[in-house]
Amino acid sequence: MITRRLLEAPDGRGRIFLGLLLALAVVVPVLNLALPPASPLHVPTSTVALWGKYLCYALLALSLDLVWGYCGILSLGHGAFFALGGYAMGMYLMRQIGSRGVYAHPVLPDFMVFLNWPELPFYWWGFNWFGYALAMVFLVPGALAFVFGWFAFRSRVTGVYLSIITQALTYALMLGFFRNNFGFGGNNGLTDFKDILGFNVQSAPTRAALFALSALALAGSYLIAQAVVRSKAGKILVAVRDQESRTRFLGYRVENYKTFVFTLSAAMAALAGALYVPQVGIINPSEFAPANSIEVVIWVAVGGRGTLLGAALGAVLVNFAKTTFTTGLLAPYWLFALGGLFVLVTIFLPKGILGLVGKRPPRASPAADTQTPRMNGQGARRGAGRVGDGPGDARALLRQTPATGIAQPAE
Amino acid sequence: MRVSERCAAVVLWLALLLAGSLGAQADGWESALTKFAGDSYNDTDAAIAGIAASGNPLAAGVIEALQEGRLYFGDDKRIYTRDKAGKLSDAATGQPAEAAATSLKPVRINNRIRRSIEAALGGLTLLSPDPARRLEAAQAVFKSKDVKALAALEQAIGKETDAGIKRALEEARAAVLLYSANATEGAKLEAVGQMRRRGDQDARGLLAALPADQPETVQRAVADAMVAIDNRLAAWGVVQNLWYGLSLGSVLLLAAIGLAITFGVMGVINMAHGEMVMLGAYTTFLVQELIRGSAPWLFDYSLAIAIPLAFLVAALVGIAIERGVIRFLYGRPLETLLATWGISLILQQAVRTSFGPTNREVGAPHFMAGAFELGGLTITWNRLWIIVFAGIIFVLLLAALRFTTLGLHMRAVTQNRRMSSAMAIPTGRIDALTFALGSGIAGLAGVALSQIDNVSPNLGQGYIIDSFLVVVFGGVGNLWGTLVGALSLGVANKFLEPYAGAVLGKILLLVIVILFIQKRPRGLFALKGRAVEA
Repeated sequence: MITRRLLEAPDGRGRIFLGLLLALAVVVPVLNLALPPASPLHVPTSTVALWGKYLCYALLALSLDLVWGYCGILSLGHGAFFALGGYAMGMYLMRQIGSRGVYAHPVLPDFMVFLNWPELPFYWWGFNWFGYALAMVFLVPGALAFVFGWFAFRSRVTGVYLSIITQALTYALMLGFFRNNFGFGGNNGLTDFKDILGFNVQSAPTRAALFALSALALAGSYLIAQAVVRSKAGKILVAVRDQESRTRFLGYRVENYKTFVFTLSAAMAALAGALYVPQVGIINPSEFAPANSIEVVIWVAVGGRGTLLGAALGAVLVNFAKTTFTTGLLAPYWLFALGGLFVLVTIFLPKGILGLVGKRPPRASPAADTQTPRMNGQGARRGAGRVGDGPGDARALLRQTPATGIAQPAE
Repeated sequence: MRVSERCAAVVLWLALLLAGSLGAQADGWESALTKFAGDSYNDTDAAIAGIAASGNPLAAGVIEALQEGRLYFGDDKRIYTRDKAGKLSDAATGQPAEAAATSLKPVRINNRIRRSIEAALGGLTLLSPDPARRLEAAQAVFKSKDVKALAALEQAIGKETDAGIKRALEEARAAVLLYSANATEGAKLEAVGQMRRRGDQDARGLLAALPADQPETVQRAVADAMVAIDNRLAAWGVVQNLWYGLSLGSVLLLAAIGLAITFGVMGVINMAHGEMVMLGAYTTFLVQELIRGSAPWLFDYSLAIAIPLAFLVAALVGIAIERGVIRFLYGRPLETLLATWGISLILQQAVRTSFGPTNREVGAPHFMAGAFELGGLTITWNRLWIIVFAGIIFVLLLAALRFTTLGLHMRAVTQNRRMSSAMAIPTGRIDALTFALGSGIAGLAGVALSQIDNVSPNLGQGYIIDSFLVVVFGGVGNLWGTLVGALSLGVANKFLEPYAGAVLGKILLLVIVILFIQKRPRGLFALKGRAVEA
């Protein structure tokens, strides 16, 4: 039954997206491994790794879209969950190095030998088993998100306040992981990986497999996310996004829905991080930098917030542009381009690229119009621009209560 | 037996004193000098001691020459000094001298000799006419604790008129006596008292390192004095942390107060606020650059000139941002946050392309340079002025909000935008002006921060998260909240630092603020009533 639910969730565009991902997962490894390098259809291993990285970013963007697009939680700290998942995978990969490190210590990773750690700290125990590491990939970020969300949502921290403390969270983690005595390699992070499950991380087949896994993980996460937002709970999430107080007054436990979706999203971000680390070969504390997390938000905004597909599309597009820009003569102008993207997208493309080609006409909702806080003629523009018009299912629920002006837009 | 030993010690000590004060004989000077020609470290050491004891006015010059490798001896066992211009003179008389350059060999020194030189110089310059050198010499003796300097010290104390230097001299004597094997118990107790009055880290270190073979009374006095000093140091440590916290708090206040206004009035999170601070700092840099190039005598006024300019530059950029971008995003605070983040990236990169990514040097006018002592506290002038500056801005802003029409309108819009609009307050114009004011204040913060931080394109980034926390902690719509938020975060940070380390302290503080937000989601001084959204 769950399988049926998952498979029924995607709409037309979603099916195309899923089909594309599955095709990529099969075709790219084949083109990479089966064809000789001279063949015009051959995909070089570096390209496989690069696009594998994009897919991980797409998954991260998807996870953020789930909370921001559907529940109105603008997390500026999603990079923290991504990085924590990455560190959990990195710790497994470090333990797999074994005695092949520079100092050839059988148990301790190189940086611990270098820093004179007498023995493995307790939080490193068990990371030599893949299963344990994989569990930690989900459990640690998930638990952090659950605890953080539990406290934040229960005390009704919303809007920009929530954004700021999520930013503070990832900033605090960054400061911590930069410290050597935290036991995660400090400044240099974890790198110099050799094996994953006995396969050489650098080899072409492993990279192709990781690429395929990333595509499958993205497809699976998309299915789950789509099933969640299509479910009854998903409609409550959209209601929370558009009119949080009213949803609460209608009797829904807003904080439970928020905590659930925040934790789910954190686990997806962590999975993205875990797939990302073996493909790029390093994880270091700069992944926690607040700027990184904000960049993820722009991927989502570019693609189209509240569409899931758009988030993945935006992530790939922006990162592809970034690679093109920063490797060419235009490198000094990348930050101008990125900054401009932030400004232009928020002003002119509030629904992202997918909104441009979208089929839904903008609906002027009565709720949005009567509640414009300013009365200088910008109401119409804003009504059309509000991202809250996304999947409009929640409107039906909310339209039953006339807008009284008690509650303001939840954003 | 013991009594006789002690008597002998006293006699010996007096003899030493006598020898020191009377030892100005010419032959003592000559014979000491010739020992330099012995070309052995022991002879050189003895020569230094002899010269120092001789009291000859040339002694300091000779020992300085030795220290700098300008002291030579010839085949004829005569000693020559070469001055910095390379002119040779006879060390004994100070007259210009001729000698075959080939036959001269420099007197060699090693680390042991260097220590003796420093101690001897300390003793010799104690009588220098220059007060700064006398103070330096007293401090040098305090460190070297060289018994040989005792005579010169006594002489200097007798002559000294400056109270501060006299105290330093007496402390140096106390240090020498404490470490001298020949001093009487009474003298040592007196010396311990002196150290206790001095009461700083140096005095404590001196007492702690004292050899154990002291009379019992002295040992007890030392232990007491150390406890007293520890208590005093701990008390001053608290004061110092408070001061540092106040200083950090004032910096945070400067950076956050503009943010608090815009956030309070417009509900807009301006991620480009840090870049306004940076623009203010670069304005200061440009003003100083111009002054250096065309009117160096204006340099002390450079900050005074930069203050209005920085305000204007930042305010104009602020208006441009408000009219060009933010105006289209009202009612969508989260999107505003993204757009202003994009603006901050553009501004940073623009500054990086035009001024380069490296730090730019901004000088301090002379009234902001240096430091002064207040009890056990060293206060640097630039920090003090920044606190004063932050205070002035705070008061001015408070007055502007309280007594001007713009302030009245701003407060009205903060409390209830729609009602203000209904009362014919032009909310659009108030928004633009508020944003200009907030940005302008950030520019002023940039002038202040250029004095204590690196002026680089990343200057603003370092403050933005802290400023947000201050605003979020203090609550919006009330400047007092920002003040309390900034000062308490500043002080808390400095008090956590010694226990947890700088980084861990900061992490702890972030966690504390995150927890605090759970308790009071709208900050310390939250607005109440209908204006507060869900």
